[in-house]
Amino acid sequence: MDLYEHQGKELFGAHGVPTTEGRVATTVEEVRSGAVALGGGRVVVKAQVLTGGRGKAGGVKVADGPDDAAAKAAAIFGLDIKGHVTRRVWVEKAVDIAKEYYLSITFDRGEKRPLFMLSTMGGMDIEAVAVDHPDALARLHLDPAIGMRPFFLRRLLFAARVPKDEHRAVGSLIEKAYAMYLAIDAMLIEVNPLVITTTGEVIAADAKVTVDDNALFRHPAIEAMRDTAAADPQEQMARERHVTYVKLDGSVGILGNGAGLVMSTLDVVDEVGGSPANFLDVGGGADADKIVTALEVILSDSKVKAILFNIFGGITRCDEVARGILAALERLTITVPIVVRLDGTNDLEGRRLLAEAAPPNVFAERTMLDAARRVVALAEGA
Amino acid sequence: MAILVTSETRLVVQGITGREGTFHTLKNRDYGTKVVAGVTPGKGGETVDGIPVFDTVAQAVAATGANTSMVFVPPRFAADAIYEAADAGVALIVCITEGIPAHDMLAVYSYLAPRGIRLLGPNCPGALSPGIANVGIIPAQVFAPGGIGLVSRSGTLTYQIGGELAQLGLGNSTIVGIGGDPVIGTSFIDALTLFQADPQTEIIVMVGEIGGNEEEKAADHVLAHVTKPVFGYIAGRTAPPGKTMGHAGAIISGSSGTAAAKVAALEERGVRVGSNPTEVARMVAERAGR
Repeated sequence: MDLYEHQGKELFGAHGVPTTEGRVATTVEEVRSGAVALGGGRVVVKAQVLTGGRGKAGGVKVADGPDDAAAKAAAIFGLDIKGHVTRRVWVEKAVDIAKEYYLSITFDRGEKRPLFMLSTMGGMDIEAVAVDHPDALARLHLDPAIGMRPFFLRRLLFAARVPKDEHRAVGSLIEKAYAMYLAIDAMLIEVNPLVITTTGEVIAADAKVTVDDNALFRHPAIEAMRDTAAADPQEQMARERHVTYVKLDGSVGILGNGAGLVMSTLDVVDEVGGSPANFLDVGGGADADKIVTALEVILSDSKVKAILFNIFGGITRCDEVARGILAALERLTITVPIVVRLDGTNDLEGRRLLAEAAPPNVFAERTMLDAARRVVALAEGA
Repeated sequence: MAILVTSETRLVVQGITGREGTFHTLKNRDYGTKVVAGVTPGKGGETVDGIPVFDTVAQAVAATGANTSMVFVPPRFAADAIYEAADAGVALIVCITEGIPAHDMLAVYSYLAPRGIRLLGPNCPGALSPGIANVGIIPAQVFAPGGIGLVSRSGTLTYQIGGELAQLGLGNSTIVGIGGDPVIGTSFIDALTLFQADPQTEIIVMVGEIGGNEEEKAADHVLAHVTKPVFGYIAGRTAPPGKTMGHAGAIISGSSGTAAAKVAALEERGVRVGSNPTEVARMVAERAGR
């Protein structure tokens, strides 16, 4: 789960990571009152969207006082940044920047250790820094068996060539950020820029935080931060109904069991000239009700012109899937054709059920490739 | 011969009294796997269809000589269950559970790896050596004994490819599901190493997907250490970046972990990659002379 900057900063505050003071706002009036509450001086108004490149898109503006902040915010609300519409902003006290650094802590799955990256060339695209000035980006893995130790911070700070008089303050911030990384099950904490102010303070001026979805059960306060209004409506519906679904923009609705098989089904549909409308994994052991629910999610996308069921039953029983399809045809109004491929556990029974009921607009195919070709032809004919 | 699960396997099931745990335990036993014990804290002394249940893994190992554990407990207790099995001296732990926090698994991995304790999974379907033993949830009826070693991050995709191979008359030495999570105990490289050393295995098929760089690392390993023919398939060519595709580990982060990069890495190192499951099966059959 990706967090907004203001949510990340709220967590920074709770974990002692020095950061900017600010207010979140969803209206121009709230921006004005927020700026007043922050002392009425110079503030920065920042679009809260879950994507990078806000500055270039005009989503970050400095303002002189509450009235100016309100005026600047009026231009930011509604701004489309790479497909993300700005509906909330963060108003924060402006800081006097002397230098901008970069810090990140990443869950490195390949190395199975957290990766720390630190650079004195912050405030810009770090991937560009890594390419153009590789020496300026210090990269160091922490051994979880040893844990965070002073020597590790020294290695990182010296490698990044941070001036010695800043070691204590920057090191302390990194130590607290890592404690937070562990405490909240973070997959990523990125601070760009990490600001050194003109008075020598060290402040996390931005926050990009990603938390492990599988660990949200032990972080209810973070789970509650989820912005359901910003989510894609189909994806939100799927989440509420516990269906694993990813929205795409094609016309072939796809349903299968198991993540790998569904991914492969998308690829095969694409290979034979179609365009997948979604990824949907009904999971292992889906019963008829789950199939009906899943079909409802797929059909809520009006772009869907035909649906492909690709089932290779292990735990999932093909007869149960067939019953689900027949139940859905009774309970829902389905006008698009459905192509069904059933293989594995109880496949004969499943195919027999469909053949006997012989619903119009449902087509059985024996192989994955033939099913993909059929559904693409039907979607194009629609 | 087969790998990982063999006639020597003596299985203890952690979480045997749960619905799924009971169902698959009995299926594994029916297939011929020696299921010697189950563990559910507080239910020691009971039996599940004749299989003795113990309160702790240590008790189960002491009483039955179990050498392999299958973990079927909910995600928030799964890491503890793995540690318990390791602490009791179990040499192979197969974790079926999906949804374990990544930080938990990283700590588990850091504990197990230097001690030489093998973990398969988590979020995996287990391992099946056709005709010998099945530990996990792989539908055994799809597979027959033979010379193809199959290793995959995905369960059902493995059934798909195994089913296609079976239709072409080819069987398997062992089918190994290594799991769809970001941190897993047994890597492609581990499975390739075992298959290379296994006399029954003649050809190896590896089935990968988007996310991480384990396929790329495996490609280097194949070039340097594997003399048996290796074929590949990678799922997720059309997956959009930044989206988790069902498996927690199946996500393209920025520009890393794409299917295209994995296919290129494999093909550059002599691993032929099929563009769909049917094509992979056909390539393998051709090589096997079927």
